[in-house]
Amino acid sequence: GASALSIAGGLQASETLEPNTFEQITTYNNFYEFGTGKDDPSKNAHNLQTEPWSIEVDGLVENPLTISFDEIASEFETEERIYRFRCVEAWSMVIPWNGFELADLLDRVTPLPEAKYVQFETAVQPENMIGVKRGVLDFPYREGLRLDEARHPLTLLATGIYGEPMPNQNGAPIRIVVPWKYGFKSIKSIVRITFTEEEPFTTWVDLNSREYGFYSNVNPTVDHPRWSQSTERLIGGGLFNARQDTLMFNGYEEEVASLYEGMDLTKQF
Amino acid sequence: MAVADRINQGARKMPIWPLYLLALAYAGYQFWLGLSGVWVEPINTLERQYGEAALTMLIVSLTITPIREYLRINLIKFRRALGLIAFFFVVAHFLVWALLDVQSASRVWADIVKRPYVTVGMVGFVLLIPLAATSANRIIRKIGPILWRRIHSLVYPAVLLACLHYLWLARGFQIEPIAYLVITIGLLVLRLKPVKRRVAA
Repeated sequence: GASALSIAGGLQASETLEPNTFEQITTYNNFYEFGTGKDDPSKNAHNLQTEPWSIEVDGLVENPLTISFDEIASEFETEERIYRFRCVEAWSMVIPWNGFELADLLDRVTPLPEAKYVQFETAVQPENMIGVKRGVLDFPYREGLRLDEARHPLTLLATGIYGEPMPNQNGAPIRIVVPWKYGFKSIKSIVRITFTEEEPFTTWVDLNSREYGFYSNVNPTVDHPRWSQSTERLIGGGLFNARQDTLMFNGYEEEVASLYEGMDLTKQF
Repeated sequence: MAVADRINQGARKMPIWPLYLLALAYAGYQFWLGLSGVWVEPINTLERQYGEAALTMLIVSLTITPIREYLRINLIKFRRALGLIAFFFVVAHFLVWALLDVQSASRVWADIVKRPYVTVGMVGFVLLIPLAATSANRIIRKIGPILWRRIHSLVYPAVLLACLHYLWLARGFQIEPIAYLVITIGLLVLRLKPVKRRVAA
């Protein structure tokens, strides 16, 4: 239908994007479970225990399920999606993800009619995660999407980058990718997906709701209180790298703007 | 206090200029690292390295008085160099931010006016300018020690603003900016006593 067409258009447009190198993607990360420095995750995430791994899908569903990563890997066929990735800190990358649409997994359960949102939760392994030991945030890290956002064909469950299994620092073994939202919405190393009626608890909104909204759609016209969001720096351009303009919905406006019709995006940011 | 005496003797013989050379070498090396491609995001990293060097040197310059008061180690002859080096890194930090990071005069101005963490950093920078400007012997003689001391007490609000600037930048609970603030406050508290003693005398 119309949405499939627009996705094809989006993918076509994305083919002109030049992906960042594997090294850039895997050495410049925010993953506070492993420290707050950009190079901390690549140094510390080798401790993450990824086997065995399973995801619980629960909450307002008729048939909650627990699915192991091995089952996921054998049952869902992955494809490559080259997406822009825009961090709330005003830097960006282009990343060739391998994954499948989150909707494919969500279709395995039957949500109750009152389910309106999904919440995601990152694994907590205090003995393996230096940031958890230090109490950098109120762990487990949690994020959420409205159900229609979660079911949108652009929203991925990603299991790899450049055809390699997902590196630990990028959210092994499986993570969410929501390309039109700031990077922190694309929650890593997920162990739980919970259907809820109310807007769920999300880590950054809880920490500072003035600075981080539930939606956190990339929006050059709504600044972060501490810095401008109108421009960004694409990683990889060196010391004299020029800033580039940030695109509405990170360049996916055509595909996702309809999700937010009638909303005041300066208030519901 | 044999150790203190020995350090004092050694310090008397030590020239000051290697400090400036070290600072320049460090700044140059960091810039070269930025050019070389070893950092994935060289602009932000360089900005941060210079900023941390500036705050560290400010704090080091604040240790000179308490270690003289409490440990009887006199390194006062190095204090001006340490302060000027701190100022040099503040300028370098500012230039990397303005020219390489923000990249436009209008955005620089907008950030100074609109972003509180930039504003406090900028105020701290401005407060340090009269200190750097009155560091030459000729000027100290001209303005006299009382005015000089008054001007140079601006370092206390400046270093606190620098700590606030760093703290404000952090997302989530981060150890480093808190550590800098705690050390700074500790050093300022240490000075309260000797100052009072001097006033009483």
